[in-house]
Amino acid sequence: MRILFGGGIAGALAAMIYPAIKFLIPPEEPEAEPDILKVGRKEDFPAGTSKIFKFGRTPVILIHSKASGLLALSATCTHLDCLVQYRDDMGAIWCACHNGKYDLSGKNISGPPPRPLTPFAVKVIRDEIFIAKV
Amino acid sequence: MLAWLNERLGVEKALEWAKHKTVPVHRGTVFYYLGGVSLFLFILQVMSGILLLMYYRVGTDSSYESVRFITTKVDFGWLFRSLHSWTANLFVLFIFLHMFSVFFMKAYRKPRELTWMSGFVLFCLALAFGFSGYLLPWNELAFFATKVGTDIIGEVPGIGSWLLKIVRGGEDVTGATLSRLFGLHVAVLPGITTVMLVLHLAFVQIQGMSHGDQPEKGKTMPFFPNFLLRDMILWLITLNILAVLAVFFPWELGKKADVLASAPAGIKPEWYFLFTYQALKVIPGKILSIPGELVGILLFNLAGILWFLVPFWDAKIPEGKRNRVVNIVGLFAVLFILAMTIWGHWSS
Repeated sequence: MRILFGGGIAGALAAMIYPAIKFLIPPEEPEAEPDILKVGRKEDFPAGTSKIFKFGRTPVILIHSKASGLLALSATCTHLDCLVQYRDDMGAIWCACHNGKYDLSGKNISGPPPRPLTPFAVKVIRDEIFIAKV
Repeated sequence: MLAWLNERLGVEKALEWAKHKTVPVHRGTVFYYLGGVSLFLFILQVMSGILLLMYYRVGTDSSYESVRFITTKVDFGWLFRSLHSWTANLFVLFIFLHMFSVFFMKAYRKPRELTWMSGFVLFCLALAFGFSGYLLPWNELAFFATKVGTDIIGEVPGIGSWLLKIVRGGEDVTGATLSRLFGLHVAVLPGITTVMLVLHLAFVQIQGMSHGDQPEKGKTMPFFPNFLLRDMILWLITLNILAVLAVFFPWELGKKADVLASAPAGIKPEWYFLFTYQALKVIPGKILSIPGELVGILLFNLAGILWFLVPFWDAKIPEGKRNRVVNIVGLFAVLFILAMTIWGHWSS
């Protein structure tokens, strides 16, 4: 009798809590991941500048480095999710949140980031710049 | 009128009880006021928060704009917004001071374990209030602070990604996160805090004020009216300090959050999260092949659990006796928090 009563209460609680927790988890919204993204014309990105774009859900930083030319990498710091920036004066990619640094190939070179940034391909077709998955 | 109320509610009994309640008088008596000031600041937060709610509109297209509207167009809007922000900071500061004074006076010892534990929960709730309220103006600093803060939640082994989705309302910090933290800030946290506060105050009344390491039969003063009047003078001073801060150092709104902008240079969290921020900044990326931030977060959680459970691991020392280990732990915590906060403040 006690087991039945206890089980009933536990079941009733579970029946209330489970839908509430499921309600709190947002439904998956599949967003079409593009294979390629047109980001603008070459003259819009002079050497020494950078800009962040959304590649599907992923923020991608397009960098026009004086030394390495055009390159694109995932813009999300692998440490704690901040968006990185290109520092022309450092010749590196820098995260202001916890002072993490990456070289222009995306490799984590100093500070707390545990992993490199994911590289993306950059294609220039008739002066139009495209970013694509590698 | 009093007779009418007394017949129904027993007011005289309550007054009689208040007359007999005493507060110990010794060199540490000044610390007894910290809890009262924290309570006063919480009441101010609720009042100014309700006023701000009249104009605040949650949403990525309206949060920043409505706060700007409050501060620039609404009569005394700048005052209430600034007051709310400054009070939040003083509230956390006084809770820190209250908690550490209770810790060093060993006021958590038997039979006040539950008072300490409910107080610690209130401390965590105050930090949660600060964290959830920080995003509501939807400005650049708040956006990245929330990104980092919620990402830390995602590091919890096993259930991290699941918790992250619940807090953010999706994979990233978006309008959904704003809605959730708003709900948390104005409904969930006030509800839980009110219950915890009632419990905390009830425990204080049931157990009476701790004498700390002073003799139980030392000098005392009546709570009503002696202590309460002193308390209220301090509340008045606090209110004046707040007014000066709110008027002469108005809280900035900053730039509106841009989800596609890099984190700006010099970005830092609020001062009460600065020590954890700085610690996470100096921990190496990998420690014995485990991600550094995970090690840091686990250590902070472990320290928090030990702090919460101090009445139990300190229980073997008879009341009134010195416990060097507890003192060293407390001193280390104070020095660590101070050093990391100063370092975090000055570091680039």
